[in-house]
Amino acid sequence: MYQTIYHRPSSVDEAVSLFAKGSEAKFLAGGQTLLPVMKQRLASPSDVIDLGKIKELQGVELSGDVLTIKAGTTYFDIMQNADVKKAIPAIAYLTSVLGDPAVRYRGTIGGSIANNDPAADYPAALLALGATVKTNTRSIAAEDFFQGLFTTALEDGEIITAVSFPVPAKAGYEKMRHPASRFALTAVFVAQMKSGEIRVAATGASQSGVMRVPAIETALKANWSPAAIDGVSISASNLLADIHGTAEYRANLIKVMAQRAVAAAS
Amino acid sequence: MSTVKLTVNGKAVAVDVEDRTLLVQLLRDHLNLTGTHVGCDTSQCGACVVHMDGKAVKSCTMLAGQADGASVTTIEGIAKGDELHPMQEAFRDNHGLQCGYCTPGMIMSAIDIVHRHGGQLDEATVRQELEGNICRCTGYHNIVKAVLDAAGRMKVAQAAE
Repeated sequence: MYQTIYHRPSSVDEAVSLFAKGSEAKFLAGGQTLLPVMKQRLASPSDVIDLGKIKELQGVELSGDVLTIKAGTTYFDIMQNADVKKAIPAIAYLTSVLGDPAVRYRGTIGGSIANNDPAADYPAALLALGATVKTNTRSIAAEDFFQGLFTTALEDGEIITAVSFPVPAKAGYEKMRHPASRFALTAVFVAQMKSGEIRVAATGASQSGVMRVPAIETALKANWSPAAIDGVSISASNLLADIHGTAEYRANLIKVMAQRAVAAAS
Repeated sequence: MSTVKLTVNGKAVAVDVEDRTLLVQLLRDHLNLTGTHVGCDTSQCGACVVHMDGKAVKSCTMLAGQADGASVTTIEGIAKGDELHPMQEAFRDNHGLQCGYCTPGMIMSAIDIVHRHGGQLDEATVRQELEGNICRCTGYHNIVKAVLDAAGRMKVAQAAE
């Protein structure tokens, strides 16, 4: 790892001003991605600004039909949280199959979405549920927030403070886990909103990161059942292909994971 | 350079380190606690797992500064004098060590697993929960047996206290 200067602010305002003073500063959330990347010398921030001790970034609130998870809440705290389990059990489940226990103690929802790995789990939940990303300066719809591989709408020095999810009528998540990395080889989040709208998002599949799957949304709108997806055809163009699976394999996985997610939805 | 103050195995320490120092480097290179191992150095293998404020974390994936003010327990800190921790005993009795390289991380993760699950542990749960700890002898069978054995012993020990 290259030299860096470590800071541990106690408020979002202090973090923002430290960021402005650094020449090439980076925010550190749970560190489960940034630190491995720094160890490989693929990142060399002048300053590392640790958001881990900022109290205003911690916690979960359920208010009416909106579940708000503060950005610094760890995976472990999210999967254990009674409000998360009650309001959107699919998010508790998604979190429980993310990484491994040691990673779940440290990693945070804010860190995951800021990184926007094309195979990360949370982006699928945010996009499928139509969540809103709150930052220190504004609110951004999930639709606008995720902008391709490792790219988001965040400006330099902008800090995610929370994610607000509308509570759906039903939601489910299923993933084909890569056995070593535990990232999604392909995973699908399905949601039936209280308005009746059906939203489906896939992660780990597309070359442009997390995406909606309109063909499956249409099929499920007509008939909310795994069988409704049987006849859907998913194009393999623009899907990821690597040593773990071809684009055609992932296209099929989108259907299979969506069917399992519908079956599991609650 | 910064001074990191933390409690390690019950003792308060203050260590001057470069800001880029990892927690595992502070433990091994500055405190000579070499029981905590570095296996992969890519956050996957779990040989470096220690407890920070009671939670099993990968010490190669934390800066030392992030542990400032925390209480850290390493493999050196779990026995009571000559009396091994029940998890250590169970690893010995069930031949869970093999080459021994992954053992410190396995034991620290396993203690955390038993704490979280209490008496609810079964083989499938242990195997799933050990996903973040890789054994390159690939002899998970005796490791899993040891964790299940220790879960029983830790329950008995707790009941006696």
